[in-house]
Amino acid sequence: MSQTLTEKPVVPVATTETATGERKALTRKEIVADHPTWCPGCGDFSVLALYFKLIEKRKLWHEKITTISGIGCSSRFPYFVQAHGAHFIHGRALPFASGVSLSRPDLHVFAFSGDGDAFSIGGNHFTHTARKNIKMTLVVMDNQVYGLTKKQTSPTSPLGFKSKTDIWGAVDYPINPAKQAIAVGASFVARTSASNPNHVLATMEAAMDHDGFSFVHCLSECVEFYEGAFDSANPRKGGVFNEVPKSHDVTDEMAAYKLASADFPGNFGVLYQVKKPTKNAREAEIVHSLQSKFVGQKDWQILKKSFDRMK
Amino acid sequence: MSDTIEKAPSSGGAQKVSQINEVVIRIAGNSQDGIQAIGGFLARLAGRSEQEVMTFMTIPSTISGGPSIFQVRIGSGEVLTPGDDADVLLCFYQHSYEGHINSLKKKGIVLYDSDHVVPKPEWETEYHHVGIPISSLTVEAIGGTAKDKGKNIYSLGLIAKMFDLNVPKLEKLLGERFTGKDPSILNNALAAFHAGYANSPSNVVETFQITDSQKKGVQQVVMNGNEAIAYGIIAAGVRFGAAYPITPWTDIMEILRRELPKYGGSFIQCEDEIASVAMALGASFAGRVAVTGSSGPGIALKTEAIGWAVMAEMPLVVINVQRGGPSTGMPTNIEQSDLNIAINGGHGDSPRVVLAPANVEDCFYMAIEAVNLARKYSVPVFFLTDQGIATRIEAFAEPDLEKVCQDITPDFTPVATHKPYDLTAKDGVTHHVKPGTRILDGKYPIATGLEHDEYGHPSGSPKVHMLQNAKRRIKLQALGATLPVPKIYGPPEGNVLLVGWGSTEGPIREAVDRFRAAGDSVSAIHLRHVNPLPNGLENIFSGFNQVLVVEMNDEGLYGYGQLGAVLRARYCDPKIQGINKTDGLTWKVKEIIEMVKSKGRK
Repeated sequence: MSQTLTEKPVVPVATTETATGERKALTRKEIVADHPTWCPGCGDFSVLALYFKLIEKRKLWHEKITTISGIGCSSRFPYFVQAHGAHFIHGRALPFASGVSLSRPDLHVFAFSGDGDAFSIGGNHFTHTARKNIKMTLVVMDNQVYGLTKKQTSPTSPLGFKSKTDIWGAVDYPINPAKQAIAVGASFVARTSASNPNHVLATMEAAMDHDGFSFVHCLSECVEFYEGAFDSANPRKGGVFNEVPKSHDVTDEMAAYKLASADFPGNFGVLYQVKKPTKNAREAEIVHSLQSKFVGQKDWQILKKSFDRMK
Repeated sequence: MSDTIEKAPSSGGAQKVSQINEVVIRIAGNSQDGIQAIGGFLARLAGRSEQEVMTFMTIPSTISGGPSIFQVRIGSGEVLTPGDDADVLLCFYQHSYEGHINSLKKKGIVLYDSDHVVPKPEWETEYHHVGIPISSLTVEAIGGTAKDKGKNIYSLGLIAKMFDLNVPKLEKLLGERFTGKDPSILNNALAAFHAGYANSPSNVVETFQITDSQKKGVQQVVMNGNEAIAYGIIAAGVRFGAAYPITPWTDIMEILRRELPKYGGSFIQCEDEIASVAMALGASFAGRVAVTGSSGPGIALKTEAIGWAVMAEMPLVVINVQRGGPSTGMPTNIEQSDLNIAINGGHGDSPRVVLAPANVEDCFYMAIEAVNLARKYSVPVFFLTDQGIATRIEAFAEPDLEKVCQDITPDFTPVATHKPYDLTAKDGVTHHVKPGTRILDGKYPIATGLEHDEYGHPSGSPKVHMLQNAKRRIKLQALGATLPVPKIYGPPEGNVLLVGWGSTEGPIREAVDRFRAAGDSVSAIHLRHVNPLPNGLENIFSGFNQVLVVEMNDEGLYGYGQLGAVLRARYCDPKIQGINKTDGLTWKVKEIIEMVKSKGRK
C-alpha cells in the first residue's frame, strides 16, 4: 500500500542528533543564503529579515520550510532563504504552492509574490486559490509598480501614476487587493507595511497559524521607481499607521469589506478571519470515506476490483 | 484473411447458419440513441468470449444530438483495425442510411428502422435490406410512454439473434450495466432485448456463428484507451494529478478524480490549464510525481510550465490526447499533429521525453513506463495518444496486477550533501531531494527556471548555460541508447518500409499483410519512443529502397509530416518520404495501400 496523501510522512531522524534527540532552533546565520539582489533601500529586505525572525522564533527547521515564488523583484525571495524552495514561472506561484500543500500535510507553505505576479498575470489563481481555501500563506509585497522591468504600470498603481507605459499618468483603475480577497472567499486577509517590522512579524505569524488560505497584503516601497509611495502610512515620513480598530469584528464580512475600502492608507492588521473547512480537509474526507470501503486491501487488490468489472 | 460474411460457407436450407471468423458491424444514429452502449456490450461480450475486438466511433462536438456512429469488429483471430468496410449496417434514420451505405461491403446487410428509413430502390439490389419497425416495436415491448428509448437494446437483441450471440452472457452484461438503478430500468432493458431477440423478420435468410477464439483460456479485460491510461497511471503509483476539462482528454481526469481517493490520492480540477500543470509540478516538487493532461489548445497553454519542468529537471507526466488542430480545430476528430509541440513546444532548448502508445494495451503499460522514465531521468514525459485510441475499445490479457502495481512513496532519509544540478553526475542524471528532507551540510537547493549553478542558484555565466544545456540533453541521449530498436513487421529487406507511430499500427500492419499477399515486398516498423528515438533505425532503413512515414498530419511546407521531418533531420536520407492525411478519421487500410502505390518507386 503506498502512503496516502493525507498521512504525514515519517521522516527518519538524522544520526547526528544529540543524545537527547533535541534539536536547537536555527540561527539567523543558518537560514541566510544568497545576498539579496534587491536595490539598497527596497522594502523587501525588511520582509525577508522578518521571515528569518519568524523561522527563528517559531523554531522551524530547514526541512520544514518551503518557500515558493513566481517572477518579479519580490519573487527572488526563495534564493535568499537557506531552505527548500522553488522559483516558478510568472504568476503561477499559487497553483504550484497548492500542489505542495495538497500533497504534503506536514508542511506549511509560504508563497511570496508581488503586485504584478499576484494580481495581474496571476489574478485568476489568486481568485481560485482563495475560494478553494487551500492551506498556505501568500505574502504579496506590493510596491504599486513593475520594478524588475524598470517602471511600468502595475494593477495597483494609482490613477495618474507616471510610468514608462503611462507617460501621461495611469488611466486604469487600480484594484484593492484586500477587498478582492474578501470578495472571492479568502479566510484570512491582513494588511501590513514593510516599514513597520513588528507589525509584519505579528501578521505573518497570525497568517501561519491560520488553518486555510491566509493572505498578507504588505506594502513594500520601491525606492528606485516609486519612491515615497507609502509615506502617508509611515509615521517616520509624516504619515499615520492606523491599526485595525479593537472594536472591529474580524468575522464580519461586510465590516471587513468596508474597512478594506477606506481611502489609502486605511487600516493595518487582520481585516477578516473566519474558520471554514480547507480544501485540504475536504479532500482528506473524500479519501477517508472511499478508503473505508477498502480497509486492509493492497493497491493491486483495489485495482483488480475495477478490472473485474471490465471483463 | 479470414472468412467474412460475404464468402461464408452456407449450410443450406431456408434459414442458413454460417460459420464466420469475424464480423464488422457499424451502428449509425444520433449521439443520444445509445449506440455506444450497443457497441460497448458487443465489445465486452467479445472480450469475455476470448475473442479479439476493436471498435471505432465518431461523436459530434455539439452539446446534444447530431449524427454519431459506432463500429465494432469482432474476430476469433487477430484483429488489427476496426475494419475498413462493414458487413452489417444498423441504421436508425434516413441520414444514417444514406450517409453510411458506402461503408458497407457489397451484398452486406442493411438492418434499418423502417419507422424512419425509406430504402432507395437502386441500393436494394446491391445490399441485402432488412427493414424492421424498430422504434414502434420497442415502444410495444416496453410499453407506456417510453417513446423509442431502449431501441438500442432492442437492436442488440436483433443482432444477438442474427449472430447467435451468447444470451446468458449478454443478460449478465445488461444486469451489470443497470445494476443499482431503479429495477424497472433493468426489466425494461431485458424486455426490449428479448423482444428484439424473438423477432425473426421473414426476409432474414441467414444467421451466423462466430467461430471459437484461437486464444482459449486467456482472461481478458475490455476497455478503451483513456480508461487504460487512467488505470496505468494508478498502477504506476501516481497519487496526485491536476487538470482542466477538455475533449477528448476529459474522461481520464474524470476516472482519476473518482478512483485516486480509493488509493489515498487526489486529482484536482483546476481553474485553468496553466494552474493544473503548475499544481502537478508543485506535487512533483513535493515528492509526489504527478500527472496532468489535456488536448489541443490546452497543451499549448501548458508549454511555458513544461519548459520550467525541463529547466528545473522536475519529473512530470503530461498526457496529450490529440485532436484536430490548430486552435479549437476539430475537437472530436483524430489527428497526430501534436508531435512537434510535444517534442519542441515552448521557448528555448528544452529536451523532454515523448512516448506514443500504439494500442489500448500499450496505454496501460506505457503509462507506467512514462511515470518511471519521468522519475528516472527527472524530466517531463509527454504521452501522446489521440481521439481514436482514446475511445477505441479493445480486449487484452488481464495484467498481473500484483506484479505490475508500484509503490513510489517518496523517501525522506536525510542526506549528507546535495547538488540538484550536479554537473559531474553520470549521464547528466540527477534527482531532487524533497522538502521534508534534511541536508546535513545545511546547504539547501532551489528548484528553478532561471539558468542556475549546481545548487540551483541563479547564474548568468555563459559557461554554466552551455554546461547545463548539455546536461539536460545528455541525459536524454543516454536514455535513447537504452531504448529497444523496434521489431520489423515483415522481412528485414524489401522494397518499401512503412514507419508509423501512435494509434496507426493496426491499419499499417493490415496494409503490410495485404501487400505481401499480393506479392509486394512491404514491411513496417512502429515507433513507441518518439523522442528520443532509439538508435539503430538507420540499419533497418538500409534494408529498403523506400521509407514511407505514415502519419495523420499535414505534409508540411517541405513535403514531410512531423515524424517524417524528424527522421529526415536525423538521417539525412532522401529515401524517407511522407504519407499524410488530415481528414480527421482513422486510416483505412485501402487508403494506405493506394497512397503507397502512388508514392512508390517500383
